[in-house]
Amino acid sequence: MSLDVGPARDTLIGGEPPARRAWMRVMSERPLMVLGAVLVALVLATGAIEPGYLSLRGLRNTLLLAAPLGIMAAGQTLLMLTRGIDLSVAMIGTAAAYVAGNQSPNGAGIAIVLGLVVGCVAGATNGVGVGVFRVNPLIMTLALSGIILGLFTQWAQTFLQGSTSVAPFIRTIGAGSFFDHRIPWNVLIWGAVAIVMIGGLRRTGLGRMLYGVGDNPEAVRLAGVRIWQVLLAAYTISGFFAALGGILLAGQSGAVDLRLAQNFLLPSVAAAVIGGTSIFGGVGTYSGTIFGALILSVLNSMLTFLDAGQAVKQVVYGLIVLALAWLYAAVTRAE
Amino acid sequence: MTDEPALLRARGIAKRYGSVVALRSVDLTVEPGEIHALLGANGAGKSTLVKVLAGVIRADAGSIELSGEPIHPRKPADALRSGLATVFQDPALIPDLTIERNLRLTGVEPARVREGLEGMGLGGLDFDAIAKEVPLPILRVLDLARALVHDPQLLMLDEITAALPADLAERVFIAMFERRDRGRSVLFITHRLAEVLRVCTRATILRDGRDVAAIVPGEGGEGRLVEAMLGEVAATAAEASRAEPRIAEERVVVEARDLTSRDYLRGVSLRLRAGEILGLVALEGQGQDRLFDVLAGDRPSDGGELLVGGTPVRPRSPYDAIARGVVLIPSDRAQALLPQRSVRENLASALYNRVGRWFSLLRDEERRVDGVIDRLTIDTRAQRQARRLSGGNQQKLAVGRWLAAGFEALLCFDPTRGIDIHTKDQIYGLLRELSAEGAAILYYTSELAEIPLICDRVLVMYDGRIVHEQDAASADEAMLLGAAHGLQGVGS
Repeated sequence: MSLDVGPARDTLIGGEPPARRAWMRVMSERPLMVLGAVLVALVLATGAIEPGYLSLRGLRNTLLLAAPLGIMAAGQTLLMLTRGIDLSVAMIGTAAAYVAGNQSPNGAGIAIVLGLVVGCVAGATNGVGVGVFRVNPLIMTLALSGIILGLFTQWAQTFLQGSTSVAPFIRTIGAGSFFDHRIPWNVLIWGAVAIVMIGGLRRTGLGRMLYGVGDNPEAVRLAGVRIWQVLLAAYTISGFFAALGGILLAGQSGAVDLRLAQNFLLPSVAAAVIGGTSIFGGVGTYSGTIFGALILSVLNSMLTFLDAGQAVKQVVYGLIVLALAWLYAAVTRAE
Repeated sequence: MTDEPALLRARGIAKRYGSVVALRSVDLTVEPGEIHALLGANGAGKSTLVKVLAGVIRADAGSIELSGEPIHPRKPADALRSGLATVFQDPALIPDLTIERNLRLTGVEPARVREGLEGMGLGGLDFDAIAKEVPLPILRVLDLARALVHDPQLLMLDEITAALPADLAERVFIAMFERRDRGRSVLFITHRLAEVLRVCTRATILRDGRDVAAIVPGEGGEGRLVEAMLGEVAATAAEASRAEPRIAEERVVVEARDLTSRDYLRGVSLRLRAGEILGLVALEGQGQDRLFDVLAGDRPSDGGELLVGGTPVRPRSPYDAIARGVVLIPSDRAQALLPQRSVRENLASALYNRVGRWFSLLRDEERRVDGVIDRLTIDTRAQRQARRLSGGNQQKLAVGRWLAAGFEALLCFDPTRGIDIHTKDQIYGLLRELSAEGAAILYYTSELAEIPLICDRVLVMYDGRIVHEQDAASADEAMLLGAAHGLQGVGS
């Protein structure tokens, strides 16, 4: 009975023209196809504005930007699946990068590990707040973001004084390329993250529970899942990815300061939302987020060619999030 | 009676929620100056009718007249203006506000509520207390006092006494008598037949969304009331094939000794043995929900002992109970469903509740899930999202996830509510099979007819205690219903 949706659908959105309805059905059933089409269209449009863009070199710059964004958005995707969000990704990324920069004189290995540890600790703090003390995720992560900024502003003048430029190895993985300068190293790291994310969400018990917690927390609780454990894991992983993204960004700019990743918060949410992850939890894939990050990066290139400043870009990202939130709500209603 | 119009005359009231018919067609007449009982089994439509009269929901069909004038209450304020005040089943207060603010929010003068409360012996209530910290019985009386401020023509009380201790119930009756003596009327919903016999002048009985009888409770007594409420159900169940009598294993899987929890459980003792289906019967609000919560580890008990497999346990979360093999099928199947996930993921959802199993998928997950789908004949046509399944198939998922994960004792809370006969039958068969394989099953049902069909033994719960125990095969519905109403010697 549930398959027979024809008449019900007609009465539900009876006033809509058939073309729009068909489009919505494609949106809901083949979201990756739609995202791919949007991406290609954007690339071509950008090429029309700036013919040099349609070359390996032009695309390389887009990928270079997409990788840290996509990695930060990985954590965001995980948390949105659990009905959460991380407003501290940008600050965690910055803090991790700052530590990595500060420790660079001790060698790239130590710098990277310490940076990632900072991310995990910050993420776990969010996880304890949200999972154990049941603080609203928006509040928890926003507050932690403020705390980190304050602490690092202070520490930058005390015990984190010193080096603000990063080790050459970090610069290589952040900005370097291989295959004759065609493919950025950070895309390779992003690829590894993608494999872990896609495989993990599909093929592990934790992945199932992340979806479960977001879809119906009561049902997984009654199945014996201790939800705080799932949330702690999710926020810690998100902190790790934020740190990884931040360190790659530091490699790109070569030096760290406390504003390093500040423009990545909204895009990290936007990438997940564009990719079809529901802010209400339980629905979404990392493949979608990858497309989201790519689309935003192409858009960024396009806006740069159009001489739009950072302010305009943030307005555009904000509008995209709003428009998509509305669109996905409309698709869900139509179903 | 034809000369003077009735106070309230409702005709042909019908209401359906989607495909569920709550009220088919109900007529109800309340005369001035009477206390009128509205009776019926769980789900007969009593609360829906009250909500229609109170303007909370709109009926699909039917008419309502008040003193001969047609009224069309579209919101509670309309009903209140026409002289209909209601005390609903759940306290209508905002839990996080003080009593005083709650009263002001509804435009009632706290001083006048205070007067009413004084009349009922609760004049000392602290109005600065936060509503959620005030005990439920007090809130019920407060709700009543608030309704009385409007001095309504008709006061509707939906199970107000269910949560009240005897002394407070007595105060409520006195308030009802006072209204009757002043020519006002009361529509009184209760499950306690003794109260009906004592305070009501007439009773209208609902069954399956219809009014099936109007009775003067004094004439014929409890027997007639029970008969009218049960109707043909009693007859059909008697003819239906009963479960084969079996002898359960001696091994006790779950044992409760004198469990207490606030006012809900006042000392519950029971033994659930391997290989048996133990039925539990109770009217709404007798503590059965809390008993299941405690057994399933959802709430700790205040006192008494709980033993699983002979070992004393104090589960502090569902995980603790599940780790010992005690699993719950909740009353609301939405609580066991991942609506946006696939059928297969739903069935596997109880497999990964331990961190040790988070790092991959179980190697035999597919085999387990396939086994459950076959065994329960789950309809997999709409398997991409569980929310698209029918209610019966969703209920199968709630059972199925425990079949996939394994268990010792299954706590079923009204698992067949609102599902079709065919699926019900499948669930009966499945539970019989599981118990034959050695599972211990506790089975609460709001449908008495199910007891002799699938249970081996039956317990009756009333007011937080087990008040009656017998073989299910010889269970007589009238007897069960009588015991559930806290009466002795009703029926046969």
